[in-house]
Amino acid sequence: MAQAAAVAKPPAPPRRRRASATPRRLPYLLIAPAALLMLGFIAYPVISVFYYSLQNYNPTKPWRNGYAGFDNFVHAFTKDPVFWDTLVFSAKWVVVEVGLQLLFGLALALIVNQTFVGRGLGRALVFSPWAVSGVLTSAIWVLLYNSQTGITRYLADMGIGSYGTSWLSDTSTVFPAAVVADLWRGVPFFAILILADLQSVSKDLYEAAEVDGASRIKQFWHITLPHLKDAIILSTLLRAVWEFNNVDLLYTLTGGGPAGETTTLPLYIANTSVDAHNFGYASALTTVAFVILLFCSMVYLRLSKFGGESK
Amino acid sequence: MSVKEATQAVPARVRATPEPARPAKGHRAWDEAPRWQIYLPLGIYLIFTLIPFYWILLFSLRPAGSTSLVPWPMTFDHFEKVWTDRSFGTYFTNSVLVGVATLLMTTLVALAGGYALARFDFKVKRAFMLALLCSQFVPGALLLVPLFEIFAELQMINSLGSVILAETVFQLPLSMILISNFIKNVPYSLEEAAWVDGCNRMTAFRIVVLPLLRPGLIAVGSFAFVHSWNHFLFALMFLNNQDKQTIPVGLNSLMSADSVDLGALAAGGIIAAVPVVIVFAFIQKWLITGFSAGAVKG
Repeated sequence: MAQAAAVAKPPAPPRRRRASATPRRLPYLLIAPAALLMLGFIAYPVISVFYYSLQNYNPTKPWRNGYAGFDNFVHAFTKDPVFWDTLVFSAKWVVVEVGLQLLFGLALALIVNQTFVGRGLGRALVFSPWAVSGVLTSAIWVLLYNSQTGITRYLADMGIGSYGTSWLSDTSTVFPAAVVADLWRGVPFFAILILADLQSVSKDLYEAAEVDGASRIKQFWHITLPHLKDAIILSTLLRAVWEFNNVDLLYTLTGGGPAGETTTLPLYIANTSVDAHNFGYASALTTVAFVILLFCSMVYLRLSKFGGESK
Repeated sequence: MSVKEATQAVPARVRATPEPARPAKGHRAWDEAPRWQIYLPLGIYLIFTLIPFYWILLFSLRPAGSTSLVPWPMTFDHFEKVWTDRSFGTYFTNSVLVGVATLLMTTLVALAGGYALARFDFKVKRAFMLALLCSQFVPGALLLVPLFEIFAELQMINSLGSVILAETVFQLPLSMILISNFIKNVPYSLEEAAWVDGCNRMTAFRIVVLPLLRPGLIAVGSFAFVHSWNHFLFALMFLNNQDKQTIPVGLNSLMSADSVDLGALAAGGIIAAVPVVIVFAFIQKWLITGFSAGAVKG
């Protein structure tokens, strides 16, 4: 809307100097730095990933390097069970994390959107883990999960879990343990975004609903939720992509273990390229990850009717 | 729903949370829920949020080997050790450099681009917007190898510049979209009025638009700072020398040691947390307003 006005502008002729002396070139000059940076450090690397995915490329085995056709892809889909395992785990990880974060984040946002004594402090404390890094989250939860000195020992006192088990090295507990650690940091993201959007709901709507005798639950379903729809769709999508791609937490907390139990596809890719130096294969896996992300995002936006009637 | 389940599961803990004085009863506005429906779930969630913070603070302050649940007697040995022996002093300086440089670069470049997107209609605009959105799906972590090769080519491996550049680039798309939305919220007529008064575009922007962008710029800038302060993989990959590394890499090496020194790890964690906590306390108010200024709605 604003830019429509900008196009059509014939502003009143400025008195001393023409304000936009170079209106044609100016926008290009302004986006040039961003465009160049993104071309050099995003577009070019992406293209080279596509290129390498069709190559055998391993700096430690240069005699095998060369064009490989679709061998890397064929290998991934037919001969690499780890690939499938990591794909399944990635899906599980993303769905569980995003789902729980949305649920708790929505609940928290609704709570701290009320008027109550101590709201400012409450908000600040609830949101505080937002700024904590994945590595620091790992450090904190490594302390908490330590079998000798961690909080788990006190939980065992209360009958939750058993003494001496390290939650992060047991295949039956590592998934919930990692999920809880990431939830701790991830919930505030949703709470902040949803709270921000809640502030723009018109109060008149609620007052009208009140007059009509609608219960609070009805008000939530018919006023609040439809209003939040687009924000929720967009934030869950961004978060899902982010949870899929982010390897900081799992890399430092579990290292993908025990026994590869918590290896996501990007973590597997990082290991393949960093430890095994198999750049060609890692590039093929990366290409697969791109395609999956893009496809899932399209389907999600289509199914959720993003930007539909609610605007 | 799950909050409710949790409230039923752990009623005993609730007592532990201090209940602020009830506001005077009387009129119940439309948006007022019963007090316990606020304080009960909030209290339980706060226990979950705060215990981890308390735990790391406790470990950083109590002497090694102590099992006390209060940090008393208090010692700063862990901090001294981590700061000097484990070079967290150096890491801290590096992280500050990376954070501040990323903040400045991201904000400046995104401001220029965001202004163009908000105020002009130009040929490649749609394509450019599409590229910005698509780049959100490009994971930096998956581009480690080609990025490494680029920086090797540029002779920037082991220089903080590589990390600053990489962080900036991946912050840019979202920052630019956010800033252009903030600028769209400033009426164009304000700028035009300034031109009429004889300002050129640059001056008009500086005097009229920039002050109004303050909340947005604070949100975007602190995002950039916090992200680059926290980010781990780029620093891990592009910086090999110990005297160039950043705090997250230092924390990781504390964690991956054979026998983890928990006191040192906790102290290192506190050092990592302090700047972001300060930034967070400072921007918390702006964050909500910044986002609600149409940021999410694209």
